[in-house]
Amino acid sequence: MDKFRMMFQFLQSNQESFMNGICGIMALASAQMYSAFEFNCPCMPEYNYTYGIGLLIIPPIWFFLLGFVLNNNVSVLAEEWRRPTGRRTKDPTILRYMFCSITQRSLIAPAVWVSVTLMDGKSFLCAFSINLDIDRFGNTSLVKGMSEMERIKLLARIPCKELFEHQEIRAAASRYIKCISQACGWMFLLMMTFTAFLIRAIRPCFTQAAFLKTKYWSHYIDIERKMFDETCKEHAKSFAKVCIHQYFENISGEMRSFHYRRSSRDGSDDDSEDKKSDEEKLLGIRAQDDMNKVLWNWHTCKPALALRKDE
Amino acid sequence: VMERLKLVLQYFQSNSESISNGICIILALVSVKLYTSFDFNCPCLPQYNKLYSLGVMTVPPIILFFLGVLVNRHTGVMMDEWMRPTGNRSKNPAVVKYLFSAMIQRALLAPMVWILVTLLDGKIFICAFSVSVDPALFQGLDVIKIMAKVPCREDVIFKNSSFRKAVSRYVRCHSQAVGWSILLFLIVLGAMGRLIKPCFDDHATFLQTRYWSNYLDVEQKLFDETCVLHARDFARKCVVQFFEDMREDTVLYLPHPPFISNFREDWEEEEEERLHGITKQQQVDKLLNKWYYSKPELDVTRISHRPKTCVTWEDREGNTLYSDV
Repeated sequence: MDKFRMMFQFLQSNQESFMNGICGIMALASAQMYSAFEFNCPCMPEYNYTYGIGLLIIPPIWFFLLGFVLNNNVSVLAEEWRRPTGRRTKDPTILRYMFCSITQRSLIAPAVWVSVTLMDGKSFLCAFSINLDIDRFGNTSLVKGMSEMERIKLLARIPCKELFEHQEIRAAASRYIKCISQACGWMFLLMMTFTAFLIRAIRPCFTQAAFLKTKYWSHYIDIERKMFDETCKEHAKSFAKVCIHQYFENISGEMRSFHYRRSSRDGSDDDSEDKKSDEEKLLGIRAQDDMNKVLWNWHTCKPALALRKDE
Repeated sequence: VMERLKLVLQYFQSNSESISNGICIILALVSVKLYTSFDFNCPCLPQYNKLYSLGVMTVPPIILFFLGVLVNRHTGVMMDEWMRPTGNRSKNPAVVKYLFSAMIQRALLAPMVWILVTLLDGKIFICAFSVSVDPALFQGLDVIKIMAKVPCREDVIFKNSSFRKAVSRYVRCHSQAVGWSILLFLIVLGAMGRLIKPCFDDHATFLQTRYWSNYLDVEQKLFDETCVLHARDFARKCVVQFFEDMREDTVLYLPHPPFISNFREDWEEEEEERLHGITKQQQVDKLLNKWYYSKPELDVTRISHRPKTCVTWEDREGNTLYSDV
């Protein structure tokens, strides 16, 4: 339990690790979504290719854009880009750094989807079954005498288990295509990993000192924004508390002159210590009519947003 | 598991934005669960297929939308700010617009999730559009009535089920394409909004609007809390006042001299305080009776100016020994 709490706190401690956490969650979500999604090859020559390749490309684009939408740094980047210069100069390298880090994080979930799709093989099978040379897989008597159209229609049905009658040919063909698909998948993974390695390994060769400075200031901008938001929230809370207290006292002050003739001359010397604080807690509102006025005026005549200074 | 849930709840309660986001996500998960547990039951008759599908695709999202609006705290804050008379505080329409757009965005998530899960699953499209499929695309029979029965597996007409499966696949394919297109459109909209908004919006005004809408939310919560605390103190004083009103001047018959009777322990003093002067059975009975038949008025001004009762000690013959207030 403590480990969970520590991990939670660590993830929240700074924006970078929080974003890394979100990135990891999105990668898992993309793998989960693939397995939950029901792949449904149309098994028709006109649509097979579109469906197969579409499912390889469109969800990664979607995950990439989702990474941008969910990443708070995008707003920080845009604000920093558009703000008037004022008293603080703008540094373009910081903007470039932030943009690069956002893009790198957003690329992970699409990469996961593409890898999982290629490793699974169904998408390639759907898209490329038409291009198979069926003579390699079994007796050629199957396609003898068929017109071109009919042959293509037959090949298009290979991905669908229940629509293609010759199960051995289907099994052989799907193994073949899955094999190619997995090879592509591994190549893709290798390429991505190698590119990431190159970026990481080569960067320190150039401008390490400037890089440290850039990293510091982009962190700073992020943390400053968070602190400002927190301070505003705390301030709003204190503002509201004092405003409400003064509102209660205002109303009780109006009523005090009305009740004055009802009260006896002095009552203050009986009060013991705790009774005084109880009285204070009532904020001057002691009768039903007063309280009704408090609640009525809260809606019909809200107090101005201007606090008196307490003497 | 309970501890983890508590931790997650604590994190979400830390500020009210997180609460709204949490509720929004919970509603989205509820909508997915609702869809998976819903027993979809296509009528397989040409007149009713489209109607049923339209119903399943639109009625639950509408319900989820209204649920999302109801459950959101900001709805109340926004309506309050919009409808209140101006009074001493000027009204800022930008704040109302901000709260409205935040509320609508959150409420739209669960319906969109339902619609997308529906489309990606495909059953509804198959039910609605199997009649419109051109049977010439597939080898087989071509009667509209038979097309309408495509969604139902168990019908005896489909001895050759491969035709049915082919048509299902075809329509489901279209349904998934529509689903992914909508998803893509929405996400492009979201990404563009995030990237382009600072170019058009005045960020400074946005900061102000966000501060004041958060302020309104906090103020409403604090006001409610202050009222609750005030009610508790008010009630306590009212009840104490009621008890003390029932006090009477008492006469005690005690043989021992005054200097002993003045000696009391500390705990006895506290106990005396809590009795509020009600010390006899008939006083208690009278008090309880009066609490029901004649509740006191809601005015505790007098409690600070309460009259004092008088205790008199007499000896057995009726001579006054000592009198105390």
